[in-house]
Amino acid sequence: MIHFVLLISRQGKVRLTKWYSPYTQKERTKVIRELSGLVLSRGPKLCNFVEWRGFKVAYKRYASLYFCMCTDHEDNELEILEIIHHFVEILDRYFGSVCELDLIFNFHKAYYILDELLIAGELQESSKKTVARLIAAQDSLVEAAKEERSSISTIIAQATK
Amino acid sequence: MGSQGGFGQSKEFLDLVKSIGEARSKSEEDRIILGEIETLKRRIVEPDIPKRKMKEYIIRLVYVEMLGHDASFGYIHAVKMTHDDSLLLKRTGYLAVTLFLNEDHDLIILIVNTIQKDLRSDNYLVVCAALNAVCRLINEETIPAVLPQVVELLGHAKEAVRKKAIMALHRFYQKSPASVLHLISNFRKTLCDKDPGVMGATLCPLFDLVTVDVKSHKDLVISFISILKQVAEKRLPKSYDYHQMPAPFIQIKLLKILALLGSGDKQASEQMYTVLGDIFRKSDTLINIGNAVLYECICCVSCIYPNPKLLDAAADAISKFLKSDHNLKYMGIDALGRLIKISPDIAEQHQLAVIDCLEDPDDTLKRKTFELLYKMTKSSNVEVIVNRMIDYMISINDNHYKTEIASRCVELAEQFAPSNHWFIQTMNKVFEHAGDLVNIKVAHNLMRLIAEGFGEDDDNADSQLRSSAVESYLRIIAEPKLPSVFLQVICWVLGEYGTADGKYSASYITGKLCDVAEAYSNDETVKAYAITALMKLYAYEIAAGRKVDILPECQSLIEELSASHSTDLQQRAYELQALIGLDARAVETVMPSDASCEDIEIDKSLSFLNHYVQESVEKGAQPYIPESERTGMLNTSSFRNEDHHEASMHGLRFEAYDLPKPVVPSKSPVTYTPSTELVPVPEPSYSREVHTSTAVPSISSSGSTELKLRLDGVQKKWGRPNYSSGSTSTSESSSQKTVNGVAQTEIVSTSTSRAQATSSFDLKKPQVEISPEKQRLAASLFGGPSKTDKRPTSSSHKVVKSSSHTTERPPAAKPVDASEKSTPVQPPPDLLDLGEPTVTSSAPLIDPFKQLEGLLDQGENVSVPNHGAVNATKPPEMMSLYAEIAASGQSGGVVNPIPTNGDDLLSGLSGGSIKTAAPGGAAGSPSLSKGPSLKDSLEKDALVRQMGVTPTSQNPNLFKDLLG
Repeated sequence: MIHFVLLISRQGKVRLTKWYSPYTQKERTKVIRELSGLVLSRGPKLCNFVEWRGFKVAYKRYASLYFCMCTDHEDNELEILEIIHHFVEILDRYFGSVCELDLIFNFHKAYYILDELLIAGELQESSKKTVARLIAAQDSLVEAAKEERSSISTIIAQATK
Repeated sequence: MGSQGGFGQSKEFLDLVKSIGEARSKSEEDRIILGEIETLKRRIVEPDIPKRKMKEYIIRLVYVEMLGHDASFGYIHAVKMTHDDSLLLKRTGYLAVTLFLNEDHDLIILIVNTIQKDLRSDNYLVVCAALNAVCRLINEETIPAVLPQVVELLGHAKEAVRKKAIMALHRFYQKSPASVLHLISNFRKTLCDKDPGVMGATLCPLFDLVTVDVKSHKDLVISFISILKQVAEKRLPKSYDYHQMPAPFIQIKLLKILALLGSGDKQASEQMYTVLGDIFRKSDTLINIGNAVLYECICCVSCIYPNPKLLDAAADAISKFLKSDHNLKYMGIDALGRLIKISPDIAEQHQLAVIDCLEDPDDTLKRKTFELLYKMTKSSNVEVIVNRMIDYMISINDNHYKTEIASRCVELAEQFAPSNHWFIQTMNKVFEHAGDLVNIKVAHNLMRLIAEGFGEDDDNADSQLRSSAVESYLRIIAEPKLPSVFLQVICWVLGEYGTADGKYSASYITGKLCDVAEAYSNDETVKAYAITALMKLYAYEIAAGRKVDILPECQSLIEELSASHSTDLQQRAYELQALIGLDARAVETVMPSDASCEDIEIDKSLSFLNHYVQESVEKGAQPYIPESERTGMLNTSSFRNEDHHEASMHGLRFEAYDLPKPVVPSKSPVTYTPSTELVPVPEPSYSREVHTSTAVPSISSSGSTELKLRLDGVQKKWGRPNYSSGSTSTSESSSQKTVNGVAQTEIVSTSTSRAQATSSFDLKKPQVEISPEKQRLAASLFGGPSKTDKRPTSSSHKVVKSSSHTTERPPAAKPVDASEKSTPVQPPPDLLDLGEPTVTSSAPLIDPFKQLEGLLDQGENVSVPNHGAVNATKPPEMMSLYAEIAASGQSGGVVNPIPTNGDDLLSGLSGGSIKTAAPGGAAGSPSLSKGPSLKDSLEKDALVRQMGVTPTSQNPNLFKDLLG
């Protein structure tokens, strides 16, 4: 099971956090501080895993952003790395060449996507297409709601004229 | 690009995000966020906030919380938002509450009702949002409130809903297994779902179920194997492919389950061999995910009943891993640790790789290697391994790992210690450096070990152990800053055995003990141990008839402690004073020497009180009733109470009260509504078929029962129409069996001879230029690896083995024991070459795309991110951040060796690739960028600049494509 997902920039800034196991706010801060110290200081030629407090953290760097996932000791690290990559590919498809700035301003969208990919710390969907379709369905609903709202406001505007 | 409309927030929010982005320090960031919290606190309670505004506030709260600050003042507003009718707002509300609230939060009770309502919605997106929340928020107490609805959703028309419902049930199972135990049959049903996504999701709960109880799921082995086979044969929809691998995540999950099911079960394992062999052959070792599957396959092979062919394949895969990059080395070491349990010889082949990993600068790899060494420790190499571990333990600061490695050292030392002296030395080192981290039990264990000896009935050896302990402790005791636990051990041992061999005088040892008590005057436990030790020493002296002269510092210590704040210390001090005044015989009775090993008999029935009890009963006291009887009486006397009990056990009620009915005849309150559709299914109790050949038809014949998995249906689901039906596979397997029976004898001999050949080949190989130091280490770790004596030993091994084969020919009587040294006698022949002709023909064909990817993974691509063109002002910085590979490619001016749209393959992006000259890059060499991204990034950049969020010079890479 995945216990949490962290996105940290190279400067150690938090870009996204998702906790699947209960952690208090204080613990979270501590976890982030410990792990960013651990992960950011590692050289490029070392392996993408860190053992940490009896858990394993797999991380991968994309441009200046580190994606970290913490799992149980018996999980398959290579698989976790690929789940990270899977997530990035979906983000990439959604945002169209995703960059860090997309995630900074649209963190809530990244959350929605993550919710379609992982649930309760387990991979729920391994098909990129399915995830993309679901997110698109949700977005189209949002668009519809917007249109509705604007049409109502035009009606009101006309009525008040 | 609907996604680009994401910057729909107000200027204020964008400014916040921007200022956080530009903050130079954590404290500056904190200051900004605290300001934001103040603003939000004020704003959020204003009356009549428009809903859209509120939504933004909630998202800002999420942001605040994400950055590690407390936004609890706004939780209630997020909860309110989940009640909203519009999906847009509801979704935001749900997102916020799932991020804010842990499952034990008080506010959850307010959401349960909304969730119940939303689970019934006819908009599947609403249901999905609610199910997401269910997975995060529902706790043990609230499970009954939503369980019936979630179960109902298993039959929903949308696969996304079914999938999430399964995941929710899985979550419930984790929270409280009892709540969903009656639903296990549903998991079996959804395993046959026509949507592979739902099937894949079902594997998560099934994995947990199998982990807990292997036996009752043995009948699923065939289904899992058939699913795995179909997946491996690419029968799933293309969209489940990942980097040209067919549904690797599902494969991995299945392999994990099979490993559990096949563990220690020869018959089940034999059914898996073929498919495992297939996967070994098909997995693509050029890509990461291929290796992930391969690794899982090795784990599976090492768990199930061993098969020599598969073990060979696993060993080959491991040796490939160990020759690759760091990640794979790590996995290789891990896999080696798993395989070593079955074939202990395998480590020898890789000894030099292992030693390289042990000396690697990468800490993670080093630790993994220590784990491996821990697993392969024997009495012959324990000294080297434990010494290495201790050296490493001393060098690190990570307390968690220090504790772990210390306890491992202790465990190994206890198990394999070659001599008492070494054992004591090792324990001293461990305690000295990690004393405060090791469990106190370890210390007690050590004391007991010194007291009782190693279990041999050799008193001489025991007393030697003790005197060597005493000697080493007297040497160590003067060192500054020893851990408390270690001092306790030292004090106890000195008190108990300090004067036992007559080497040291009592006054010498008491002096040392007083020094300890003085030096660690803050540690009451140590002082208590010290004074008790003093008491013992004096007692032995008195009992031996010697005159006790108490050193002045001891006297002052006793006086100090008898006035101590701690009553425990006081009591010990007074006891000591009283003891000194007694005569020799009394002292010997009170403090017999070496009494720690004596068994103390405890009179549990307190028979010595019988007389007293009888007396008081005669005087009219109530006789004692045991507690068990007391509760039993309560139960029978107030039977109605029970119902109440049960009702209250389920906690809160979440449904509306029942309408009043005229007569309610003995209806117990139903808080936990049994789902009516699901008839509680009795435990699946299929007697497992003894022969493989008969197992398949029996399944299809009894397929009429609801529960049973209908395999034929599964097979056809994703397959091409001409896929073979169950009957043919049966005949195939049965014919295979007979072949096995006939060919058995020859195969044994050939396989052993082959193994011999390969092993000797492998042994010869690594002898090129190895430093003598490493060789020595290898020799001590693996035992005799040097050129001359290695081959004879290993080949003699083989000889012994093959001879054992011949003697143990009748296979029926052999016990199923994975750890047994001799390999299984009856290996099904040529499992790895058994595949269908179509497969073998396609296997050697190397997919050109995969080759491309392999190249890409090695980083030989010189394409420059298109954003360079946009932000032409700072290209060098960008390039430097873009990993060394690109930079080297740039400087070298290497012409891109990859055919044009190699990039697009990796990123999965389509569209006509736009050519652009790399700024400042390899002049003239055309590099290709991802399709539509140039335009996109221009738009993005323009949009961002419009809003005033100009990327500063500090982090120009915000625009950088993550996928590169």
